[in-house]
Amino acid sequence: MPVVLVTDVLVWLLVAAAAGYAIYCRRHAHLAGPWGRVFRSPAAMASLVVLGAYVALGLLDSLHFRPALAQKADAPSAYASEVLSVLDLGLAQLRGRGEKTYSAPLATRSYAKELIEQPDGRQLRDFPRLRFGGAQLHDEADWAADVAQRALGGLAVSVLLSFVVLLGTKILKKKRPDIPWQAAGISLGALLLLAGPAVALSSVYHVLGTDKVGQDVFYLALKSVRTSLVIGTVTTLVLLPVGIALGTMAGYFKGWIDDVIQYIYTTLNSIPGVLLIAAAVLMMQVYIDLHPETFPTAVQRADLRLLFLCVILGLTSWTGLARLLRGETLKLSQLEYIQAAHAFGVRDTRILARHILPNVSHIVIIAMVMDFSGLVLAEAVLSYVGVGVDPSTNSFGTMINAARLEMSREPVVWWALATAFTFMFALVLAANLFADAVRDGFDPRVRM
Amino acid sequence: MFAYVVRRVLYAVPILIGVNLITFALFFVVNTPDDMARMQLGARRVTPEAVEKWKAERGYDLPLVWNAAAQGTGKATRTIFFQKSVRLFVFDFGYSEDKRDIAAEIKARMWPSLALALPVFLVGLAVCISFALLMAFFRATYLDFWGVVLCVAMMSISTLFYIIGGQYVASKVWHLVPISGYAGGLDAAKFLALPVLIGVISGIGASSRWYRTLFLEEMGKDYVRTARAKGLAESVVLFRHVLKNALIPILTGVVVVIPLLFLGSLLSESFFGIPGLGSYTIDAIQAQDFAVVRSMVFIGSVLYIAGLILTDISYTLVDPRIRLE
Repeated sequence: MPVVLVTDVLVWLLVAAAAGYAIYCRRHAHLAGPWGRVFRSPAAMASLVVLGAYVALGLLDSLHFRPALAQKADAPSAYASEVLSVLDLGLAQLRGRGEKTYSAPLATRSYAKELIEQPDGRQLRDFPRLRFGGAQLHDEADWAADVAQRALGGLAVSVLLSFVVLLGTKILKKKRPDIPWQAAGISLGALLLLAGPAVALSSVYHVLGTDKVGQDVFYLALKSVRTSLVIGTVTTLVLLPVGIALGTMAGYFKGWIDDVIQYIYTTLNSIPGVLLIAAAVLMMQVYIDLHPETFPTAVQRADLRLLFLCVILGLTSWTGLARLLRGETLKLSQLEYIQAAHAFGVRDTRILARHILPNVSHIVIIAMVMDFSGLVLAEAVLSYVGVGVDPSTNSFGTMINAARLEMSREPVVWWALATAFTFMFALVLAANLFADAVRDGFDPRVRM
Repeated sequence: MFAYVVRRVLYAVPILIGVNLITFALFFVVNTPDDMARMQLGARRVTPEAVEKWKAERGYDLPLVWNAAAQGTGKATRTIFFQKSVRLFVFDFGYSEDKRDIAAEIKARMWPSLALALPVFLVGLAVCISFALLMAFFRATYLDFWGVVLCVAMMSISTLFYIIGGQYVASKVWHLVPISGYAGGLDAAKFLALPVLIGVISGIGASSRWYRTLFLEEMGKDYVRTARAKGLAESVVLFRHVLKNALIPILTGVVVVIPLLFLGSLLSESFFGIPGLGSYTIDAIQAQDFAVVRSMVFIGSVLYIAGLILTDISYTLVDPRIRLE
């Protein structure tokens, strides 16, 4: 039975909007130009590949359903209360193979000692074998050989695929020589080289270890991607209409409208961001706790909290964009073509929509891509403070929060933290590089 | 000048009223005091008497904005809005959940916060400006390129990573400094060394890159070309001409955060166990202590507005072209 979460709908709407925008850009030279400049940047193409991988994960994770329970043929079909996503299907074996508690990456034995009953009846305190990690090994002495063999097998497949990619870039290079396919190919190849051994090993080992309750860390990291993407994109979806409408109106109408809008954004701005978010999230928490009947499943409740966090983040961060747009609109409305439009008796709404908005759109695009990485980083911090996503939602913030106390253990449980930070770093770095390329492409100052 | 400052301070009043209304709406209208009581007491086993008692103890048993039952001016003052929100204007914050005076607590916790935030601010500014100058001096070379790459990479790392990683390496592996805690007086230095270092490092990426663009923008201007044409050495051009002029946007950009230094840093303070306002806020958020969060929101906005006023004044001080009318 499909389950439609609110954020799923928004995510797919965003995909549709992006596709529509891409088609629109192809047909209009003034937009195709700057995007062309973006795609001619090697850094942008390389980071686009990485972003694409993340987005693919996030989209697969945005199709939810409740699996049907096995029943007798004549009984009415029943569904599990658990909500899964399409990504969970692909990762079914990672998800299902839970251990008891921590285990190091690729380990065959648990992190914690346990009382084990020997065959001869004596009891012994030792590290027990894992239920799944390396369970196929009869003799643990074969561990190194087995790991090496599987890793090499995975690597061989990815090397093969990388060659195909390399060949593909050569062909694409002939068709469109201006675009740096090579950069994209190298970054895709690097991704493949990492993914190949990881996939090959993950069928029998916990590649990145397990966490406190024995969940596979690799699985958690892959599931966290969606939350980051939702926060980074849905927030801008909230922020854009408010910021664009208020910013251009303030700059265009001036007078008391400008005063009122400036007052609103100075007031909102003057409240420290984290505190405003914290206050709003606290209040929402009270509402959720006192109205449990509104939310049929825990996933829906967590999803609504995620959506609400996006809305709050959007409502507290539109001020920067509004200020930029106000300044630009003030400048634009002095220009002759706007005055000419006035003289012809064009209505204000039409001037705003037809003459002002297209000329400030580059600021909107730049702001959108620049905000993304900041929002992804903010999610982790907010989750740490306790005002982020629901503790049951997989996210880098909740991963870090759960793992940060384990640094004081001996030996150190480093893998969960390292995984969360690495996945986050790759996403944010790619987003930053892409944002830089977009800014360079759209900034009118660099145009010839 | 004086008249200008007075006028700016008066402008701040409506903004503070706005902040006050927003917090009032968030804390008392979106959820009623009854909701808060149930939340604090635990939603399940709560009796109406317990809720009433909770509200009476904290003064939440009054009407929201208009008390028809009271006499004379009491109609307006014997209300939650007056008692809890308007009183913030005279810095009367009331009491926290554990019955402590919030104002006294804030006064005591302000100094550890400042002891951490001020060095981070000053050292960070010096380091970032020097690094940016270095990149600008060697612009369009490999040094510049890799400098920018380093900045972007450092920007992409979560602050949490710097803190957790720094704590692990410096305190656990090398045993250089205590992992967390705080002491007054000179002993504070050993507790503050690591948080300051981490605070500086985590800020380098974004700030240096931003300052570098400011420097480069300044270097493209006509007066720089003139200076070079006169035969001045590149270092003289950079330090005597460019640095001075590029400092204007940098300084005016950072002045706004100076008052906010009192608020401290949420993350470092709670990780390093420094008893400042940042950790106070986090504790209050996690304990859902509404009175403390409300007070911190108000203080935060007062300090931000103070920062805005300081920014406007600093413009006139560093840039003689701007005169306040």
